Amino acid sequence: MIFVTAGTQLPFPRLMEWIDTIAARNALDVFAQTAEPNGAYRQIRHQPFVTPQEYDSIIASTRLIVGHAGIGTILTAKQKNLPLIIVPRRADRGEHRNDHQLATARNLTGHRGVHVAQSESELEAYLMAPTLESAFIEATPAKIALQTFVRDWIYR
Amino acid sequence: MKRKILVVASAGGHWHQACQITEALPAEDLFFVTTMNELPQRDGKTPFTIVTDCNKNTPFRFLLCAGQAILCLLRQRPDVVFSTGALPGFAFVMVAHVLRIRTIWVDSVANAEEPSLAGQKARRFSTLWLSQWSHVADQVGGRFEGSVL
Repeated sequence: MIFVTAGTQLPFPRLMEWIDTIAARNALDVFAQTAEPNGAYRQIRHQPFVTPQEYDSIIASTRLIVGHAGIGTILTAKQKNLPLIIVPRRADRGEHRNDHQLATARNLTGHRGVHVAQSESELEAYLMAPTLESAFIEATPAKIALQTFVRDWIYR
Repeated sequence: MKRKILVVASAGGHWHQACQITEALPAEDLFFVTTMNELPQRDGKTPFTIVTDCNKNTPFRFLLCAGQAILCLLRQRPDVVFSTGALPGFAFVMVAHVLRIRTIWVDSVANAEEPSLAGQKARRFSTLWLSQWSHVADQVGGRFEGSVL
């Protein structure tokens, strides 16, 4: 199953419409958490929100996550070793108050298993790829630097 | 020398980041505080306590959370309070400051353009204030020392 998530704060209808269209065209099994109380999509199963328990059982049967460029989504994909496709929210479409998700997406360039799609065709290409690399928790130099600085500051 | 560190983070991305940054610390020195039961158990983060979640639209819940912060800090007497946010983390940092406990705020990596609202409030109560983006750290005179991404 493909799990699509808009996160818990704001709906993301552009992503959901792309997914609905792509799922119809390719007969994909999709469950979407939309953050929309009245979302109307025809080809995908969807609900506005899920509980932590539901979330865990969904993730257990997920082979691929598609989400906004939210930190919870990114870190979940890395922890669960799943491929992740992210579509950053854009302020000019009213999808967030600023373009911080574009910055997050830029910062993720080079993270293996994290695939950034900016258009419906890019999203479809990733979804239909025969194999897509999984994300994983990486000990990046920036992360080790932060951990080490905090530890040394506490135990100095 | 042994330290006692209180790690405070709301459920969601804040919690993920707090766990990742503190995984390099000795596990026996850590005490976790979050807003959703079952989260610390699931991630094996013990000992822990659960506090009331709050945001800028829930002032009563914020006061409740601040009261819990006072009780928790008096009971645990940590050497350091560490938080990634959000508003419950601010409550702990503010109370810790009054109690003269050292505080570390690491602003969430989601805040790539300006500090989080809780982070802005926490700035003056934080002994060490870090952003995970250098240009955001510069805006408020904080430091940039790395990022979980």
